[in-house]
Amino acid sequence: MAIPRFWRETPSRYNLFASKCGNCGEVHFPPRSVCPSCHRKSIGRMKSIKLCGSGNILSYSVVHDAPEDFEMQKPYIIAIIEMKDGVRLTAPIIDCDECDIDIGLEVEASFRKLGQEGKAGVIHYGYKFRPLNTTPPEK
Amino acid sequence: MRDVAIIGIGETEFGELWNKSFREIGIEAGFKAIEDAGITSQQIDALYIGNMSAGKFIEQEHVAPLVADYSGLADMHLPAVRVEAAGASGGVALATGYMAVASGMYNIVIVGGAEKMTDVGDKQALQILSATADQEWESVFGATFPSLYAMMARRHMHVYGTTRENLAAVAVKNHRNGSLNPHAQYRREISMEMVLNAPPVATPLGMFDCAPLSDGGAAVVLCPMDRAKKFTDTPIQILGSGIATDTLALHNRRDICTMDATVIAGKRALHQAKRTPKDVKVAEVHDNFTIAEIMAVEDLRFFEKGKGGAATEEGLTALNGEVSVNTSGGLKARGQPVGATGVAQAIEIVRQLRGEADKRQVDDATTGLIHNVGGTGATAVVHILERGD
Repeated sequence: MAIPRFWRETPSRYNLFASKCGNCGEVHFPPRSVCPSCHRKSIGRMKSIKLCGSGNILSYSVVHDAPEDFEMQKPYIIAIIEMKDGVRLTAPIIDCDECDIDIGLEVEASFRKLGQEGKAGVIHYGYKFRPLNTTPPEK
Repeated sequence: MRDVAIIGIGETEFGELWNKSFREIGIEAGFKAIEDAGITSQQIDALYIGNMSAGKFIEQEHVAPLVADYSGLADMHLPAVRVEAAGASGGVALATGYMAVASGMYNIVIVGGAEKMTDVGDKQALQILSATADQEWESVFGATFPSLYAMMARRHMHVYGTTRENLAAVAVKNHRNGSLNPHAQYRREISMEMVLNAPPVATPLGMFDCAPLSDGGAAVVLCPMDRAKKFTDTPIQILGSGIATDTLALHNRRDICTMDATVIAGKRALHQAKRTPKDVKVAEVHDNFTIAEIMAVEDLRFFEKGKGGAATEEGLTALNGEVSVNTSGGLKARGQPVGATGVAQAIEIVRQLRGEADKRQVDDATTGLIHNVGGTGATAVVHILERGD
């Protein structure tokens, strides 16, 4: 993937920047320039906001047949997460055993390496998610 | 708008066709369809070709004039157009050809579909297929095409109690149908145990829950209904044609257990045809994964939402069941050369309605339905077919 193609998405991939419609208040991730509910009324009124960073697993799969770039990570967990802000996104789940994952599990975003362009190329970063409060500190 | 009929069908074998190039596949299917229709090449007014990703599979774009050229039609300077809608490329090509004839623009139209998938390795093919999902917000994070369908399956199991056996029953049934179809890529029955014990691809889906990679081509000939009788005694009329789209990314859908695009495309096609789901006796639905067929038979309203899995395991979608689904073997057993699939589905329904389906002939095949999906459901296209004689 060309560097600019990754670079221009960094605000959302690094910091979960979303858009909020100035007309109806609906939140969208990734950011949209047109609100699907308000159409033309929303143009120029979309504001940038940051998602809270946590949500619950809506569904998941353990990937065994992986693309070349993910070969070293397999098997890995991929999930659709319903964020507290009301939007959904797709992300890998890390720091979690296969047997501990379940629909409804509460997860939080974590800044991680997503991949790299060959052995000497640019490294891509972005969000992955990990279980929230799985090991509460002992008192 | 004019009524439109299918007057000819033709396809190549489906499978790993190492000795055949993309252009040979396209030509072979087209010529067989022309021969079946009893027309001459000089009568053709236009050509529409469904193809998903020749650019990535064989590094060749601009494939519509290529097929026309190697079919010996270059000096006719035909309008030849490639149609792309991921897995629904063939079905959308059919809808496009249908509109061209219905509108009165053209009289004799060839609708073809072709894909050459085995010139690249399995890993690369998986990556190419994943490009039909959202590259920037799904694939880049490691979501593979099978894993997206796997997430639909997991959620469907969670919400409706669909079982692993329900999913497996789709593959078992479609392989049984495929064993009766001389045109199928896989003509061997498989057992429930084989499906359940197959290596995992993306849990809960295993190898036998997924359609294969295939090379193949398929073509049909369309003409106005009022001229169809000149060419054939059994014209098959296209009564309804519906296309619908939805969000590209699965996570943005209203409900990941329902393909709204299928629901809407189905309603549009049935409404135009003045038919109900109950009228449909035989259907080819898009079973690129077992869960996809379960969702399809629900979203096309053959069964209530959540009951598709149980209905399949009970045999209600088997040959001569309540509605015979994927009598060809479906994408699972007939094969899935992506761009050709939608057209191959039409061919099976034409055979059923003509009464030429031999050992897999459905007894009361009066009304047939074709359902073709692109990506994880961002495009769906449905056609309703009946005999026009």
